[in-house]
Amino acid sequence: MAPEILQGKETGMRNKEMGKTVLVVDDDADVLEQQKLILGNAGFRVVVCESRKEAEEYISGERPDISIVDLMMETSDAGFVLCHHLKKKYPDAPLIVFTSVSAETGIEFDAVTRDERAWIKADVLLHKPARPEQIVSEVNRLLRAGP
Amino acid sequence: MTTFSALIVDDEPGMRLGAERILKDFRILLPDFGEEISFSTRTAATGGEALALLEAERPDLLLLDYKLPDVHGLEILSSSLRAKNNVLTVMITAYASLEVAINATKNGAFDFLAKPFTPEELTNTVRKAAEHLFLERKAQKLEAEKRQVRFQFVSVLAHELKSPLAAIENYLRIMAGRVSGDALAAYDSMIDRSLLRIDGMRKLIVDLLDLTHIESGQKARSPTLMSLRSLAEEALEKVRGEAESRNVALTLDCDAALTFFCDRGELEILISNLLTNAVKYNRDGGTVALALTAEGDGLRCECRDTGIGMTSEETAGLFKEFYRVKNAKTKNVPGSGLGLSIVKKIVDLYGGSIAVESVAGEGTTVRAVLKTAHGSTGLS
Repeated sequence: MAPEILQGKETGMRNKEMGKTVLVVDDDADVLEQQKLILGNAGFRVVVCESRKEAEEYISGERPDISIVDLMMETSDAGFVLCHHLKKKYPDAPLIVFTSVSAETGIEFDAVTRDERAWIKADVLLHKPARPEQIVSEVNRLLRAGP
Repeated sequence: MTTFSALIVDDEPGMRLGAERILKDFRILLPDFGEEISFSTRTAATGGEALALLEAERPDLLLLDYKLPDVHGLEILSSSLRAKNNVLTVMITAYASLEVAINATKNGAFDFLAKPFTPEELTNTVRKAAEHLFLERKAQKLEAEKRQVRFQFVSVLAHELKSPLAAIENYLRIMAGRVSGDALAAYDSMIDRSLLRIDGMRKLIVDLLDLTHIESGQKARSPTLMSLRSLAEEALEKVRGEAESRNVALTLDCDAALTFFCDRGELEILISNLLTNAVKYNRDGGTVALALTAEGDGLRCECRDTGIGMTSEETAGLFKEFYRVKNAKTKNVPGSGLGLSIVKKIVDLYGGSIAVESVAGEGTTVRAVLKTAHGSTGLS
Protein backbone atom coordinates (compact mmCIF):
# COMPACT_ATOMS: atom_id res chain seq x y z
CA MET A 1 0.00 0.00 0.00
CA ALA A 2 1.32 3.42 -0.90
CA PRO A 3 1.41 5.98 1.83
CA GLU A 4 -1.28 8.58 1.75
CA ILE A 5 -0.09 12.13 1.38
CA LEU A 6 -2.09 15.08 2.52
CA GLN A 7 -1.09 18.55 1.51
CA GLY A 8 -1.40 20.86 4.48
CA LYS A 9 -3.92 23.61 4.36
CA GLU A 10 -3.32 27.01 5.78
CA THR A 11 -5.51 27.87 8.68
CA GLY A 12 -5.37 30.49 11.36
CA MET A 13 -2.05 31.72 12.50
CA ARG A 14 0.83 31.56 10.07
CA ASN A 15 3.30 28.92 10.99
CA LYS A 16 6.96 29.25 10.14
CA GLU A 17 7.39 25.48 9.83
CA MET A 18 4.40 25.22 7.53
CA GLY A 19 4.71 23.01 4.51
CA LYS A 20 7.25 20.73 6.13
CA THR A 21 6.63 17.00 5.84
CA VAL A 22 5.50 15.04 8.87
CA LEU A 23 5.62 11.28 8.54
CA VAL A 24 3.07 9.55 10.77
CA VAL A 25 3.35 5.79 11.22
CA ASP A 26 0.63 4.01 13.16
CA ASP A 27 -1.40 0.84 12.66
CA ASP A 28 -4.51 2.49 14.08
CA ALA A 29 -6.45 3.99 11.17
CA ASP A 30 -8.15 6.46 13.49
CA VAL A 31 -4.89 7.80 14.84
CA LEU A 32 -3.78 8.41 11.24
CA GLU A 33 -7.06 10.13 10.44
CA GLN A 34 -6.70 12.37 13.48
CA GLN A 35 -3.09 13.25 12.80
CA LYS A 36 -3.89 14.14 9.21
CA LEU A 37 -6.54 16.51 10.43
CA ILE A 38 -4.59 18.00 13.31
CA LEU A 39 -1.26 18.41 11.56
CA GLY A 40 -2.82 19.22 8.19
CA ASN A 41 -4.78 22.03 9.82
CA ALA A 42 -1.59 23.33 11.34
CA GLY A 43 -0.18 23.65 7.85
CA PHE A 44 2.02 20.59 7.53
CA ARG A 45 2.30 18.17 4.67
CA VAL A 46 1.29 14.89 6.28
CA VAL A 47 2.37 11.48 5.03
CA VAL A 48 0.71 8.55 6.78
CA CYS A 49 1.85 4.93 6.77
CA GLU A 50 0.00 2.06 8.37
CA SER A 51 2.91 -0.24 9.00
CA ARG A 52 6.62 -0.31 9.48
CA LYS A 53 6.93 -1.95 6.07
CA GLU A 54 5.10 0.86 4.33
CA ALA A 55 7.15 3.46 6.18
CA GLU A 56 10.43 1.77 5.29
CA GLU A 57 9.47 1.94 1.63
CA TYR A 58 8.63 5.60 1.92
CA ILE A 59 11.81 6.62 3.73
CA SER A 60 13.97 4.73 1.28
CA GLY A 61 13.09 7.43 -1.24
CA GLU A 62 12.12 10.49 0.75
CA ARG A 63 13.25 12.31 3.81
CA PRO A 64 10.52 13.43 6.19
CA ASP A 65 11.30 16.61 8.11
CA ILE A 66 9.97 14.95 11.24
CA SER A 67 8.42 11.57 12.07
CA ILE A 68 5.82 10.42 14.57
CA VAL A 69 6.04 6.68 15.12
CA ASP A 70 3.87 4.19 17.05
CA LEU A 71 5.69 1.34 18.79
CA MET A 72 3.44 -1.73 18.61
CA MET A 73 2.47 -2.37 15.00
CA GLU A 74 2.95 -5.54 12.93
CA THR A 75 5.14 -6.84 15.70
CA SER A 76 5.57 -5.50 19.18
CA ASP A 77 8.95 -4.03 18.31
CA ALA A 78 8.18 -2.75 14.80
CA GLY A 79 8.28 0.87 15.97
CA PHE A 80 11.66 0.47 17.65
CA VAL A 81 13.14 -1.02 14.50
CA LEU A 82 11.70 1.73 12.36
CA CYS A 83 13.00 4.42 14.71
CA HIS A 84 16.42 2.88 14.49
CA HIS A 85 16.36 2.92 10.69
CA LEU A 86 14.99 6.45 10.58
CA LYS A 87 17.73 7.82 12.82
CA LYS A 88 20.37 5.95 10.90
CA LYS A 89 19.23 7.27 7.56
CA TYR A 90 18.21 10.77 8.63
CA PRO A 91 20.08 11.48 11.87
CA ASP A 92 19.07 15.13 11.95
CA ALA A 93 15.34 14.66 11.35
CA PRO A 94 13.53 14.79 14.69
CA LEU A 95 11.59 11.76 15.82
CA ILE A 96 8.60 11.46 18.14
CA VAL A 97 7.54 8.12 19.57
CA PHE A 98 3.78 8.20 20.02
CA THR A 99 2.59 5.23 22.01
CA SER A 100 0.33 3.83 24.67
CA VAL A 101 2.84 1.13 25.50
CA SER A 102 4.30 2.19 28.82
CA ALA A 103 1.43 1.79 31.21
CA GLU A 104 0.20 -1.59 30.06
CA THR A 105 3.50 -3.35 30.26
CA GLY A 106 4.05 -1.99 33.71
CA ILE A 107 7.44 -0.94 32.45
CA GLU A 108 8.03 2.69 33.09
CA PHE A 109 9.94 3.99 30.21
CA ASP A 110 10.51 7.60 29.56
CA ALA A 111 12.82 9.43 27.26
CA VAL A 112 14.05 11.66 30.03
CA THR A 113 17.78 11.20 29.94
CA ARG A 114 20.01 11.47 26.93
CA ASP A 115 20.90 7.78 27.24
CA GLU A 116 17.29 6.72 27.19
CA ARG A 117 16.59 8.88 24.18
CA ALA A 118 19.54 7.37 22.41
CA TRP A 119 18.27 3.91 23.19
CA ILE A 120 14.73 4.55 22.04
CA LYS A 121 16.12 6.62 19.15
CA ALA A 122 13.50 9.25 19.78
CA ASP A 123 13.73 12.90 20.63
CA VAL A 124 10.40 12.97 22.39
CA LEU A 125 8.09 10.35 23.81
CA LEU A 126 4.41 11.23 23.64
CA HIS A 127 1.84 9.09 25.38
CA LYS A 128 -1.50 8.34 23.80
CA PRO A 129 -3.88 10.00 23.94
CA ALA A 130 -2.31 13.42 23.49
CA ARG A 131 -4.13 16.70 23.01
CA PRO A 132 -4.09 18.01 19.43
CA GLU A 133 -2.40 21.25 20.49
CA GLN A 134 0.27 19.29 22.32
CA ILE A 135 1.12 17.29 19.20
CA VAL A 136 1.33 20.42 17.07
CA SER A 137 3.43 22.28 19.61
CA GLU A 138 5.90 19.38 19.99
CA VAL A 139 6.28 19.11 16.22
CA ASN A 140 6.85 22.87 15.94
CA ARG A 141 9.26 22.93 18.82
CA LEU A 142 11.39 20.09 17.42
CA LEU A 143 11.44 21.57 13.92
CA ARG A 144 12.43 24.99 15.27
CA ALA A 145 15.10 23.49 17.51
CA GLY A 146 16.68 21.77 14.54
CA PRO A 147 19.03 18.83 14.87
CA MET B 1 20.76 -34.67 32.85
CA THR B 2 20.27 -32.81 36.08
CA THR B 3 22.98 -32.63 38.68
CA PHE B 4 22.00 -31.95 42.24
CA SER B 5 24.68 -30.79 44.59
CA ALA B 6 24.72 -32.53 47.95
CA LEU B 7 26.42 -31.23 51.06
CA ILE B 8 27.32 -34.01 53.50
CA VAL B 9 27.85 -32.81 57.04
CA ASP B 10 29.13 -35.34 59.55
CA ASP B 11 31.96 -35.40 62.06
CA GLU B 12 32.77 -39.05 61.31
CA PRO B 13 35.26 -39.24 58.39
CA GLY B 14 34.05 -42.74 57.48
CA MET B 15 30.50 -41.52 57.14
CA ARG B 16 31.46 -38.62 54.91
CA LEU B 17 33.64 -40.78 52.70
CA GLY B 18 31.06 -43.55 52.46
CA ALA B 19 28.18 -41.23 51.61
CA GLU B 20 30.28 -39.38 49.07
CA ARG B 21 31.32 -42.61 47.37
CA ILE B 22 27.76 -43.88 47.19
CA LEU B 23 26.35 -40.63 45.79
CA LYS B 24 29.12 -40.26 43.23
CA ASP B 25 27.84 -43.20 41.18
CA PHE B 26 24.21 -42.91 42.12
CA ARG B 27 21.78 -42.14 39.28
CA ILE B 28 18.06 -41.63 39.44
CA LEU B 29 16.11 -42.18 36.26
CA LEU B 30 12.93 -40.23 35.70
CA PRO B 31 11.59 -41.78 32.50
CA ASP B 32 8.42 -39.67 32.60
CA PHE B 33 10.53 -36.58 32.14
CA GLY B 34 13.32 -38.15 30.13
CA GLU B 35 15.64 -37.04 32.88
CA GLU B 36 18.51 -38.54 34.81
CA ILE B 37 19.67 -37.11 38.08
CA SER B 38 23.23 -37.40 39.31
CA PHE B 39 24.98 -35.84 42.26
CA SER B 40 27.96 -33.69 42.97
CA THR B 41 29.16 -33.67 46.57
CA ARG B 42 30.89 -31.48 49.08
CA THR B 43 31.59 -32.42 52.68
CA ALA B 44 31.95 -30.67 55.99
CA ALA B 45 33.24 -32.13 59.27
CA THR B 46 31.98 -29.42 61.57
CA GLY B 47 29.00 -27.15 61.89
CA GLY B 48 31.17 -24.12 61.29
CA GLU B 49 32.48 -25.55 58.06
CA ALA B 50 28.95 -26.49 57.02
CA LEU B 51 27.66 -22.97 57.59
CA ALA B 52 30.53 -21.50 55.59
CA LEU B 53 29.86 -23.88 52.69
CA LEU B 54 26.13 -23.18 52.86
CA GLU B 55 26.90 -19.51 52.68
CA ALA B 56 29.33 -19.89 49.77
CA GLU B 57 27.07 -21.94 47.55
CA ARG B 58 23.63 -23.31 48.24
CA PRO B 59 23.42 -27.08 47.82
CA ASP B 60 20.28 -28.78 46.59
CA LEU B 61 20.45 -31.51 49.22
CA LEU B 62 21.82 -31.33 52.71
CA LEU B 63 22.68 -34.58 54.50
CA LEU B 64 23.06 -33.30 57.98
CA ASP B 65 24.26 -35.00 61.12
CA TYR B 66 22.04 -34.09 64.02
CA LYS B 67 24.81 -34.12 66.54
CA LEU B 68 27.88 -32.10 65.62
CA PRO B 69 30.78 -31.08 67.88
CA ASP B 70 30.35 -27.33 67.54
CA VAL B 71 27.01 -26.20 66.14
CA HIS B 72 23.72 -27.97 66.71
CA GLY B 73 22.27 -29.63 63.59
CA LEU B 74 18.99 -27.82 64.09
CA GLU B 75 20.74 -24.49 63.85
CA ILE B 76 22.24 -25.43 60.50
CA LEU B 77 18.85 -26.70 59.43
CA SER B 78 17.21 -23.37 60.15
CA SER B 79 19.98 -21.55 58.29
CA SER B 80 19.48 -23.79 55.26
CA LEU B 81 15.76 -23.02 55.28
CA ARG B 82 16.43 -19.35 54.77
CA ALA B 83 17.76 -20.16 51.31
CA LYS B 84 15.76 -18.76 48.44
CA ASN B 85 16.02 -21.89 46.35
CA ASN B 86 14.82 -24.63 48.64
CA VAL B 87 17.49 -26.80 50.16
CA LEU B 88 16.12 -30.21 51.10
CA THR B 89 17.55 -31.49 54.32
CA VAL B 90 17.85 -35.11 55.42
CA MET B 91 18.73 -35.38 59.09
CA ILE B 92 21.18 -38.11 60.00
CA THR B 93 21.22 -39.21 63.57
CA ALA B 94 22.64 -41.91 65.75
CA TYR B 95 20.04 -41.13 68.33
CA ALA B 96 17.23 -42.61 66.37
CA SER B 97 14.29 -41.82 68.44
CA LEU B 98 10.89 -40.80 67.30
CA GLU B 99 11.32 -37.58 69.19
CA VAL B 100 14.43 -36.51 67.28
CA ALA B 101 12.80 -37.38 63.97
CA ILE B 102 9.66 -35.43 64.79
CA ASN B 103 11.69 -32.51 66.01
CA ALA B 104 13.79 -32.41 62.84
CA THR B 105 10.84 -32.69 60.44
CA LYS B 106 8.88 -30.17 62.49
CA ASN B 107 11.78 -27.79 61.99
CA GLY B 108 11.72 -28.22 58.26
CA ALA B 109 13.81 -31.33 57.48
CA PHE B 110 12.44 -33.32 54.57
CA ASP B 111 13.29 -36.73 56.02
CA PHE B 112 15.59 -38.45 58.45
CA LEU B 113 18.01 -41.34 58.37
CA ALA B 114 19.02 -43.39 61.38
CA LYS B 115 22.62 -44.45 61.91
CA PRO B 116 23.84 -46.97 61.14
CA PHE B 117 22.26 -47.22 57.70
CA THR B 118 22.92 -49.39 54.68
CA PRO B 119 23.85 -47.91 51.30
CA GLU B 120 20.34 -48.87 50.12
CA GLU B 121 18.77 -46.94 52.95
CA LEU B 122 20.83 -43.92 52.01
CA THR B 123 20.05 -44.11 48.30
CA ASN B 124 16.34 -44.71 48.98
CA THR B 125 16.14 -41.63 51.15
CA VAL B 126 18.16 -39.54 48.73
CA ARG B 127 16.01 -40.78 45.86
CA LYS B 128 12.84 -39.65 47.61
CA ALA B 129 14.33 -36.26 48.38
CA ALA B 130 15.75 -35.77 44.88
CA GLU B 131 12.48 -36.70 43.19
CA HIS B 132 10.62 -34.36 45.46
CA LEU B 133 13.04 -31.55 44.69
CA PHE B 134 12.91 -32.20 40.96
CA LEU B 135 9.11 -32.09 40.85
CA GLU B 136 8.98 -29.04 43.06
CA ARG B 137 11.38 -27.11 40.83
CA LYS B 138 9.55 -28.28 37.71
CA ALA B 139 6.29 -27.00 39.16
CA GLN B 140 7.88 -23.69 40.10
CA LYS B 141 9.19 -23.28 36.58
CA LEU B 142 5.83 -24.05 35.02
CA GLU B 143 4.15 -21.64 37.38
CA ALA B 144 6.61 -18.91 36.42
CA GLU B 145 6.04 -19.58 32.73
CA LYS B 146 2.29 -19.46 33.25
CA ARG B 147 2.60 -16.14 35.04
CA GLN B 148 4.70 -14.78 32.19
CA VAL B 149 2.17 -15.86 29.56
CA ARG B 150 -0.59 -14.32 31.64
CA PHE B 151 1.34 -11.09 32.03
CA GLN B 152 1.91 -10.84 28.31
CA PHE B 153 -1.74 -11.51 27.65
CA VAL B 154 -2.84 -8.80 30.04
CA SER B 155 -0.29 -6.37 28.59
CA VAL B 156 -1.60 -6.81 25.08
CA LEU B 157 -5.17 -6.78 26.34
CA ALA B 158 -4.58 -3.43 28.01
CA HIS B 159 -3.16 -2.13 24.74
CA GLU B 160 -6.21 -3.38 22.85
CA LEU B 161 -8.55 -1.70 25.32
CA LYS B 162 -6.64 1.56 25.47
CA SER B 163 -6.31 2.04 21.73
CA PRO B 164 -10.04 2.51 21.03
CA LEU B 165 -10.35 4.72 24.09
CA ALA B 166 -7.50 6.90 22.86
CA ALA B 167 -9.04 7.10 19.38
CA ILE B 168 -12.46 8.06 20.72
CA GLU B 169 -10.99 10.54 23.16
CA ASN B 170 -9.07 12.23 20.38
CA TYR B 171 -12.11 12.48 18.14
CA LEU B 172 -13.97 14.12 21.01
CA ARG B 173 -11.09 16.55 21.56
CA ILE B 174 -11.06 17.40 17.87
CA MET B 175 -14.79 18.03 18.05
CA ALA B 176 -14.49 20.01 21.28
CA GLY B 177 -11.83 22.15 19.67
CA ARG B 178 -14.06 22.64 16.57
CA VAL B 179 -11.02 21.71 14.53
CA SER B 180 -13.17 21.21 11.42
CA GLY B 181 -15.41 24.20 11.95
CA ASP B 182 -18.75 24.75 13.65
CA ALA B 183 -20.97 22.55 11.48
CA LEU B 184 -21.74 19.21 13.08
CA ALA B 185 -21.90 17.54 9.67
CA ALA B 186 -18.13 17.96 9.35
CA TYR B 187 -17.73 15.53 12.21
CA ASP B 188 -20.03 12.76 10.93
CA SER B 189 -17.23 10.40 10.01
CA MET B 190 -15.60 10.92 13.42
CA ILE B 191 -18.85 10.05 15.13
CA ASP B 192 -19.23 6.95 12.97
CA ARG B 193 -15.66 5.88 13.65
CA SER B 194 -16.10 6.44 17.38
CA LEU B 195 -19.24 4.31 17.40
CA LEU B 196 -17.38 1.61 15.48
CA ARG B 197 -14.52 1.63 17.98
CA ILE B 198 -16.97 1.43 20.89
CA ASP B 199 -18.63 -1.52 19.20
CA GLY B 200 -15.24 -3.18 18.73
CA MET B 201 -14.43 -2.64 22.36
CA ARG B 202 -17.71 -4.20 23.46
CA LYS B 203 -17.02 -7.23 21.27
CA LEU B 204 -13.57 -7.55 22.76
CA ILE B 205 -15.11 -7.67 26.22
CA VAL B 206 -17.61 -10.34 25.11
CA ASP B 207 -14.78 -12.42 23.61
CA LEU B 208 -12.81 -11.98 26.77
CA LEU B 209 -15.70 -13.34 28.81
CA ASP B 210 -15.98 -16.31 26.44
CA LEU B 211 -12.28 -16.96 26.83
CA THR B 212 -12.54 -16.78 30.60
CA HIS B 213 -15.52 -19.13 30.53
CA ILE B 214 -13.55 -21.68 28.53
CA GLU B 215 -10.41 -21.33 30.61
CA SER B 216 -12.35 -21.72 33.84
CA GLY B 217 -12.10 -25.44 33.17
CA GLN B 218 -14.14 -28.52 33.84
CA LYS B 219 -16.25 -27.26 36.68
CA ALA B 220 -18.06 -24.76 34.50
CA ARG B 221 -18.84 -27.31 31.80
CA SER B 222 -22.10 -29.16 31.55
CA PRO B 223 -22.06 -31.43 28.53
CA THR B 224 -25.38 -32.91 27.41
CA LEU B 225 -26.53 -34.65 24.27
CA MET B 226 -27.30 -31.71 21.97
CA SER B 227 -29.33 -31.59 18.83
CA LEU B 228 -27.10 -29.57 16.55
CA ARG B 229 -29.50 -28.42 13.89
CA SER B 230 -31.34 -25.94 16.10
CA LEU B 231 -28.09 -24.78 17.68
CA ALA B 232 -26.62 -24.05 14.25
CA GLU B 233 -29.79 -22.30 13.12
CA GLU B 234 -29.66 -20.02 16.13
CA ALA B 235 -26.03 -19.18 15.43
CA LEU B 236 -26.92 -18.35 11.83
CA GLU B 237 -29.74 -16.10 13.02
CA LYS B 238 -27.25 -14.03 14.98
CA VAL B 239 -25.16 -13.16 11.94
CA ARG B 240 -28.09 -12.88 9.50
CA GLY B 241 -28.48 -9.13 9.96
CA GLU B 242 -24.92 -8.35 9.03
CA ALA B 243 -24.92 -10.92 6.23
CA GLU B 244 -28.07 -9.49 4.66
CA SER B 245 -26.74 -5.97 4.81
CA ARG B 246 -23.95 -7.09 2.54
CA ASN B 247 -25.97 -9.58 0.50
CA VAL B 248 -24.03 -12.52 1.81
CA ALA B 249 -26.01 -15.77 1.46
CA LEU B 250 -25.96 -18.21 4.39
CA THR B 251 -26.48 -21.93 3.94
CA LEU B 252 -26.64 -24.77 6.43
CA ASP B 253 -26.01 -28.42 5.88
CA CYS B 254 -26.90 -30.33 9.03
CA ASP B 255 -28.95 -33.48 9.44
CA ALA B 256 -31.98 -32.85 11.65
CA ALA B 257 -31.13 -35.99 13.61
CA LEU B 258 -27.49 -35.08 14.21
CA THR B 259 -26.59 -35.05 17.90
CA PHE B 260 -23.35 -34.60 19.80
CA PHE B 261 -22.45 -34.82 23.47
CA CYS B 262 -21.17 -31.35 24.25
CA ASP B 263 -21.45 -28.22 26.31
CA ARG B 264 -24.02 -25.99 24.64
CA GLY B 265 -22.22 -22.74 25.42
CA GLU B 266 -18.94 -23.97 23.98
CA LEU B 267 -20.50 -25.16 20.73
CA GLU B 268 -22.42 -21.91 20.39
CA ILE B 269 -19.25 -19.88 20.79
CA LEU B 270 -17.36 -22.09 18.35
CA ILE B 271 -19.97 -21.94 15.59
CA SER B 272 -20.70 -18.23 16.11
CA ASN B 273 -17.05 -17.30 15.91
CA LEU B 274 -16.55 -19.22 12.69
CA LEU B 275 -19.67 -17.68 11.16
CA THR B 276 -18.81 -14.16 12.30
CA ASN B 277 -15.40 -14.38 10.64
CA ALA B 278 -16.86 -15.88 7.47
CA VAL B 279 -19.35 -12.99 7.18
CA LYS B 280 -16.99 -10.22 8.28
CA TYR B 281 -14.23 -11.16 5.90
CA ASN B 282 -16.56 -11.86 2.98
CA ARG B 283 -17.21 -9.85 -0.13
CA ASP B 284 -20.55 -8.27 -0.95
CA GLY B 285 -22.80 -10.87 -2.55
CA GLY B 286 -20.68 -13.77 -1.31
CA THR B 287 -21.71 -16.96 0.45
CA VAL B 288 -21.08 -18.68 3.75
CA ALA B 289 -21.70 -22.41 3.95
CA LEU B 290 -21.83 -24.09 7.32
CA ALA B 291 -21.78 -27.90 7.39
CA LEU B 292 -22.04 -30.07 10.49
CA THR B 293 -21.59 -33.79 10.04
CA ALA B 294 -20.81 -36.79 12.19
CA GLU B 295 -17.28 -38.06 11.97
CA GLY B 296 -16.98 -41.35 13.80
CA ASP B 297 -18.16 -40.62 17.30
CA GLY B 298 -17.14 -37.03 16.85
CA LEU B 299 -18.33 -33.97 15.04
CA ARG B 300 -17.02 -32.25 11.97
CA CYS B 301 -17.78 -28.59 11.67
CA GLU B 302 -16.88 -26.90 8.43
CA CYS B 303 -17.35 -23.26 7.56
CA ARG B 304 -16.63 -22.23 3.99
CA ASP B 305 -16.73 -18.67 2.73
CA THR B 306 -16.16 -16.86 -0.53
CA GLY B 307 -14.41 -14.04 1.23
CA ILE B 308 -11.21 -12.13 0.88
CA GLY B 309 -9.09 -15.13 1.86
CA MET B 310 -5.57 -15.02 3.20
CA THR B 311 -2.04 -15.61 2.04
CA SER B 312 -0.14 -18.47 3.67
CA GLU B 313 1.87 -15.83 5.49
CA GLU B 314 -1.32 -14.38 6.93
CA THR B 315 -2.76 -17.74 8.02
CA ALA B 316 0.37 -18.62 9.96
CA GLY B 317 -0.46 -16.75 13.16
CA LEU B 318 -4.21 -17.23 12.96
CA PHE B 319 -4.75 -18.97 16.31
CA LYS B 320 -2.57 -16.65 18.34
CA GLU B 321 -4.28 -14.36 20.78
CA PHE B 322 -4.86 -10.84 19.47
CA TYR B 323 -3.61 -11.83 16.03
CA ARG B 324 -5.32 -9.95 13.24
CA VAL B 325 -4.66 -10.01 9.54
CA LYS B 326 -3.79 -6.48 8.56
CA ASN B 327 -4.18 -5.41 4.98
CA ALA B 328 -6.19 -2.94 2.92
CA LYS B 329 -9.22 -5.24 2.86
CA THR B 330 -9.34 -5.84 6.59
CA LYS B 331 -8.71 -2.22 7.50
CA ASN B 332 -12.30 -1.41 8.37
CA VAL B 333 -13.26 -4.80 9.74
CA PRO B 334 -13.56 -4.62 13.50
CA GLY B 335 -12.42 -7.55 15.59
CA SER B 336 -10.78 -8.48 18.85
CA GLY B 337 -8.21 -10.89 17.46
CA LEU B 338 -9.45 -13.43 19.98
CA GLY B 339 -12.11 -15.26 17.94
CA LEU B 340 -10.01 -18.05 16.50
CA SER B 341 -7.89 -18.53 19.59
CA ILE B 342 -11.16 -19.11 21.44
CA VAL B 343 -12.21 -21.60 18.75
CA LYS B 344 -8.87 -23.37 19.08
CA LYS B 345 -9.24 -23.62 22.85
CA ILE B 346 -12.70 -25.19 22.48
CA VAL B 347 -11.39 -27.65 19.90
CA ASP B 348 -8.63 -28.59 22.35
CA LEU B 349 -11.19 -29.22 25.08
CA TYR B 350 -12.74 -31.81 22.77
CA GLY B 351 -9.42 -33.39 21.90
CA GLY B 352 -9.99 -32.32 18.33
CA SER B 353 -8.14 -30.65 15.52
CA ILE B 354 -8.60 -27.60 13.37
CA ALA B 355 -7.37 -26.77 9.91
CA VAL B 356 -7.61 -23.70 7.73
CA GLU B 357 -7.48 -23.63 3.97
CA SER B 358 -7.42 -20.26 2.35
CA VAL B 359 -6.74 -18.68 -1.01
CA ALA B 360 -6.25 -14.93 -1.09
CA GLY B 361 -9.08 -13.33 -3.01
CA GLU B 362 -11.13 -16.53 -3.19
CA GLY B 363 -12.13 -17.56 0.30
CA THR B 364 -11.42 -19.52 3.41
CA THR B 365 -12.52 -22.86 4.79
CA VAL B 366 -12.14 -23.63 8.46
CA ARG B 367 -12.60 -27.26 9.44
CA ALA B 368 -12.85 -28.25 13.07
CA VAL B 369 -13.15 -31.86 14.15
CA LEU B 370 -14.28 -32.47 17.73
CA LYS B 371 -13.87 -35.86 19.37
CA THR B 372 -15.45 -36.00 22.80
CA ALA B 373 -16.40 -33.51 25.46
CA HIS B 374 -13.82 -35.22 27.65
CA GLY B 375 -11.15 -35.12 25.02
CA SER B 376 -8.83 -33.04 27.10
CA THR B 377 -6.82 -34.66 29.83
CA GLY B 378 -5.94 -31.27 31.21
CA LEU B 379 -2.26 -32.02 30.74
CA SER B 380 -1.86 -30.86 27.19
